[in-house]
Amino acid sequence: MANLLLTDVAKSYGTVDVLQDINLNIETGELIVFVGPSGCGKSTLLRMIAGLEKITGGTLEIDGMVVNDVPPAERGIAMVFQSYALYPHMTVRDNMSFALKIAKMSREEIDERVEGAARTLQLHNLLDRLPKALSGGQRQRVAIGRSIVRDPKVYLFDEPLSNLDAALRVATRIEIAQLKESMPESTMIYVTHDQVEAMTLASRIVVLAGGGIAQVGTPLQLYERPENEFVAQFIGSPAMNLLPGKISGTGEQTRIELAGGGEAVSDVPSLPEDSGKDVNIGVRPEDFLATDGPHIFQGKVSISEALGEVTILYFEPEGAADPVIAKLAGIHRDQRGNNVSLTAHPSKVHVFHDTQSLLYRDHPVKRIPVKAH
Amino acid sequence: MQSIAGSKSSLTWAVHISVVIMVVLWLIPTVGLFVSSFRTADQISTSGWWASLFPAEQNVVARAADPDENRVADGSTFIVSGNLFDGEDKTISVWGTSSRAIDIYVAGDTADLGDGETITVQANGDYEWRGNDEQIAGRGQRVFATVTAQPEFTLANYDKMLLDESNVEGMAKAFFNTLTVTIPATIIPIVIAAFAAYALAWMDFPGRALLIACVVGLLVVPLQLALIPLLKLHLGIGIGKGYLGVWLAHTGFGLPLAIYLLRNYMAGLPRDIIENAKVDSATDFQIFVKIIIPLSFPALASFAIFQFLWTWNDLLVAKVFLIDATGQTTVMTNQITDLLGTRGGNWEILATAAFISIAVPLAVFFAMQRYLVRGILAGSVK
Repeated sequence: MANLLLTDVAKSYGTVDVLQDINLNIETGELIVFVGPSGCGKSTLLRMIAGLEKITGGTLEIDGMVVNDVPPAERGIAMVFQSYALYPHMTVRDNMSFALKIAKMSREEIDERVEGAARTLQLHNLLDRLPKALSGGQRQRVAIGRSIVRDPKVYLFDEPLSNLDAALRVATRIEIAQLKESMPESTMIYVTHDQVEAMTLASRIVVLAGGGIAQVGTPLQLYERPENEFVAQFIGSPAMNLLPGKISGTGEQTRIELAGGGEAVSDVPSLPEDSGKDVNIGVRPEDFLATDGPHIFQGKVSISEALGEVTILYFEPEGAADPVIAKLAGIHRDQRGNNVSLTAHPSKVHVFHDTQSLLYRDHPVKRIPVKAH
Repeated sequence: MQSIAGSKSSLTWAVHISVVIMVVLWLIPTVGLFVSSFRTADQISTSGWWASLFPAEQNVVARAADPDENRVADGSTFIVSGNLFDGEDKTISVWGTSSRAIDIYVAGDTADLGDGETITVQANGDYEWRGNDEQIAGRGQRVFATVTAQPEFTLANYDKMLLDESNVEGMAKAFFNTLTVTIPATIIPIVIAAFAAYALAWMDFPGRALLIACVVGLLVVPLQLALIPLLKLHLGIGIGKGYLGVWLAHTGFGLPLAIYLLRNYMAGLPRDIIENAKVDSATDFQIFVKIIIPLSFPALASFAIFQFLWTWNDLLVAKVFLIDATGQTTVMTNQITDLLGTRGGNWEILATAAFISIAVPLAVFFAMQRYLVRGILAGSVK
């Protein structure tokens, strides 16, 4: 029910810049996920939106109103903390009605809202328990329920699933997705370091790295058209392979001669002046195909992992820091020690010059000092 | 290498023995006071409190009943019979009829007093004194007995010290005076310190760190240093000597530690909970009342116990700020020191007075000890 506009938002502690040049427009009804490696400032950015951290540069607008100096209470937000932050001395019902009581709402309305939220989250028979008598997943639902009853303009989630075990995490993730679906008008911002959560929940993902935004886009945009090497390697698992080479042919399609001896063709267009530039090509492990013809990469398999539906092959090319990984569909027996040639469809070959994708040559180059994985 | 943290030290038994020895050493005076307060002055002077639980041997002198009134004729002899101890539970082992030979007969023997006069004494004190008309006359026959008395305790001391209104040395008034000092002197500093601790822990304002440093600094100032200037101040602004003065003094002397303990505890509460309350639109006052106070209960309780105990046991501050020439506002500690001067030999009085003053702190300690232990750990271990 609200849109947010962040303009040149920055955060510094004394002389240390944590975040700078954050420009972001969040529309009503979106579920935005902030994702990035630890220490990239994603939680800080969320807390700045909540009003728990001071914004030291730029402006934050909610519904067109600058709220930089508005205290959290008046921003119309609700936040779900990583630690749940339930009030340990209050029952579930009291936890959920705390904010409503502070807002001096009538008893009937409080009861109605709490019952409603409890029904949505299947908490109705836990209402009189204390938080310590709840499981992790139930506590998480109470924390979410506590924000729902307030009917806020913006929901903020700070790594809400990271304290849950793996099975519960999947279940709760689906519950959050359903919750979002049942409230299409509400704006949500969700922080996580888990890219699966990001890919499954987000309407748009904001990848944060090195104190800035590495890329904003829908999950599939980030997967299919990463703007730079950081995003390319951060999204997708195992990470995208990067192979160094030189552009040898330009035009609608780009031809790259690789340092390892292979040759790649990419659907990414290039300009004549690109010819001879040093580039990295990027191929996702799942886009590699085994071939007998011309190859992008050829090497001896050092480890082979047969998982049934796929077979993952690891190569350790000389002089490269990272292994090259290929994920081939189906079962390939006894590959270890074999020489395998790999190729990929031109539409699946990304080209990065100076860490920036040639697809986004007009975007300013973002230098991200940290490695994705 | 074996894990060090997990393995049991082979010296555990030494630790256990040391603990037991220390506990016993600390308990002996208290138990002694407690036992002595239930004994009579005579008992205290004849045997130590440690012997009071066991039957004690005593030499007693008893006399048969007056023969002129109690003798019964049996032919030409007369008999006086009865019990030497009027039914008290004492057991005679040996006895005699002369102070020079008090142990020549055992219980049940018949003593020959010459010319056919006899007396028989049973172990429980029953006697039968026989003789002719001349012999069973005058005063009753004396019996020197070595008896074993059963342990005996009395509430008379407490009756005298607490309930006897005519006793000017009684503790009842002092007891209520002490309560009048202690309860406000516990509550006032806790209320002030809780507010201060919240502000110092969770509110941002300039000079906060300096204030905390000042509070810590005040912890090391001995209160004796402030007695005279503070009393001058009280007299100067018209409070004078009295309950208000002693409450204020105890509050002032208790505050640094109270603020320090509570601040450390509150600062250890999870930040997320307080931030969540802020997002929930709670004001600082609402956060304090609805979240911080309930969650700080262990720390509040433990400080309350400390403050209660040392205001209860305080003598110095009361003497300076409270007790005036009228003596109407004397507290128990002062009453006991006075008793030491006037009744220094009456151990049963002193022991009773001391135990009256120790009883309330003991009760408080046993009722609240889990908070005490938790509160001491609070803030130090996180």
